[in-house]
Amino acid sequence: MSESLLSATGLGISFGGVQALTGIDFRLAEGELRCLIGPNGAGKSTFFKLLTGQYRPTAGCVTIRGTVTAGLEPYQIARLGVGIKTQVPSVFDGLSVDENIWLAVRRITGAPAARNAVFDVLEETGLEHLSARQVGTLSHGQRQWVELALVVASRPSLVLLDEPAAGMSDDEVKRTAQLITAINRHCALIVVEHDMEFVQMIAQKVTVFNRGSILVEGTVDEVLADPRVRDVYLGRDLEMRV
Amino acid sequence: MDVSEKAMRKHLPTFACLVAAVTAICVLPSAVETFTLVEFTVYAIMAIFSLSLAFAWGYGGILCFGQAAFFGAGAYAYAIGVLNVGESTVAMLLAVAVPMLLATVLGYFMFFGRISDVYLGVVTLTVTLILYNLANSTSGDQYRIGAAVLGGFNGMPSLPTLNVPGSPGRLLDSVQMFQVCVVCLASVYIGLRALLSAHFGRVVVAVRENELRANLLGYDARKYKLGAFVISGGIAGLAGGLFANWGAFTSPTVFGLAQSAQAIIWVIVGGVGTLLGPVIGCIAIQWLTAYLGTIGWVNPNLVLGLILVLFVLTIPKGLAPILFMPFQWLLRQRSQVGNHEGRIP
Repeated sequence: MSESLLSATGLGISFGGVQALTGIDFRLAEGELRCLIGPNGAGKSTFFKLLTGQYRPTAGCVTIRGTVTAGLEPYQIARLGVGIKTQVPSVFDGLSVDENIWLAVRRITGAPAARNAVFDVLEETGLEHLSARQVGTLSHGQRQWVELALVVASRPSLVLLDEPAAGMSDDEVKRTAQLITAINRHCALIVVEHDMEFVQMIAQKVTVFNRGSILVEGTVDEVLADPRVRDVYLGRDLEMRV
Repeated sequence: MDVSEKAMRKHLPTFACLVAAVTAICVLPSAVETFTLVEFTVYAIMAIFSLSLAFAWGYGGILCFGQAAFFGAGAYAYAIGVLNVGESTVAMLLAVAVPMLLATVLGYFMFFGRISDVYLGVVTLTVTLILYNLANSTSGDQYRIGAAVLGGFNGMPSLPTLNVPGSPGRLLDSVQMFQVCVVCLASVYIGLRALLSAHFGRVVVAVRENELRANLLGYDARKYKLGAFVISGGIAGLAGGLFANWGAFTSPTVFGLAQSAQAIIWVIVGGVGTLLGPVIGCIAIQWLTAYLGTIGWVNPNLVLGLILVLFVLTIPKGLAPILFMPFQWLLRQRSQVGNHEGRIP
């Protein structure tokens, strides 16, 4: 078993009287690609917000490469090497595509290297033809790609992707799967996704969230075969399709 | 697009600003009467003040309702400094440094205390009113800082004006004062443009666009907002110091609501998110106010209010986009012919 990149122990958060997450024990190895699935409201996005410091846990703690993130600001956690693509594209709408990427690159490298690095990321993500376009004028799918490019450009060691294929065409979904596989060559990923075909394309291991806690963890086949997962998330008719 | 054309596009506004400044410095003193030149001097000073808010609001996303706090702090810092030191150079440095210090303290509590934008406006407005009342409550000889008697509502008259650095006896005349103010205006404009094209300025704009994303990329958005706020305070202080020079006088009205409100109107009329727009808006509004005051049959404040409502309702982006439209159209035509060159440095 390779070294643990991320570990969450007894992680929980409540909003007033609502317990959104409780007793989450989660481990991710270096270079691993994990998919999180589960019904809406299961706590997947909340889990991401706890990992990135947008929410403070009310129980438990998160450790990234041996650093306990309790009390750290989101920018400090980002500097530990955590990059996130949020569910709704979070980009700099008023700036051009290359300016967006430049901002991500420039924080980790000097000015002369940043320019070349921007072109590399544009090429890697296939956004060269949009480089001068203002991000706010792009389609939803294109903005998703810009956000992916931002995450790639910041050279993280752990990438969190919240529904990266949402709102994309079939062709874009395939390209996204290829990009995720390429990203996984040099860093670990956690991907939240509802599209099970997409999950099957990329996943090595799957964790199922339900009602704020982890229901089951295992390989794609194990999870798909688990009757509890079919009951709470996939539905009984999946047996017909699998 | 080749390198020289890109460089030309990048440096065109700076070059145009330099040409305008040099022309104003060389031509206006011999072309207009002294009274008009003195009027132009205050236009230049207020344009610097306008730029301070244009930067904080238009680029930093910080709508400061109390920009007059820094303007007034600059004016009083100059007055107290020059009366104690007897020379204007140190006093002008104080006029910039004191508002920057005030902005640092105020901004630290606002940005690191995670105060929302609305409360930021309320806090800055309140601070201005506190300073106004404080300055008003300093009547009597006991309220003095060294040799400087604060003077309460009556203010501080007969201030020594700018002198040649190191020579307190050699005061600048009205032409030289005008030239200094134009140089300051051009320097602030060019300085801000350089700042905005540097890493710091780009992050400031990014924070305005999406503070969460900036944080998630590893930038401490609070520090960048604080930096922008402090720079803006320093520029407002410079304008305040020059204003105290211009009239050889300062009083609590420099902290007044009207002073803050004017800057907001100039920026709205000129165009939020531009630097040249607020300069043009400031000069146009001041000229109009002076003109309306001269003809006398209409209340300038009423007209200013109408202009503000008109712009907010019909031209919310201000004058700048309209004025720049022909240039932008030309540039678009050229970029359609050339390749898709981005805007990274």
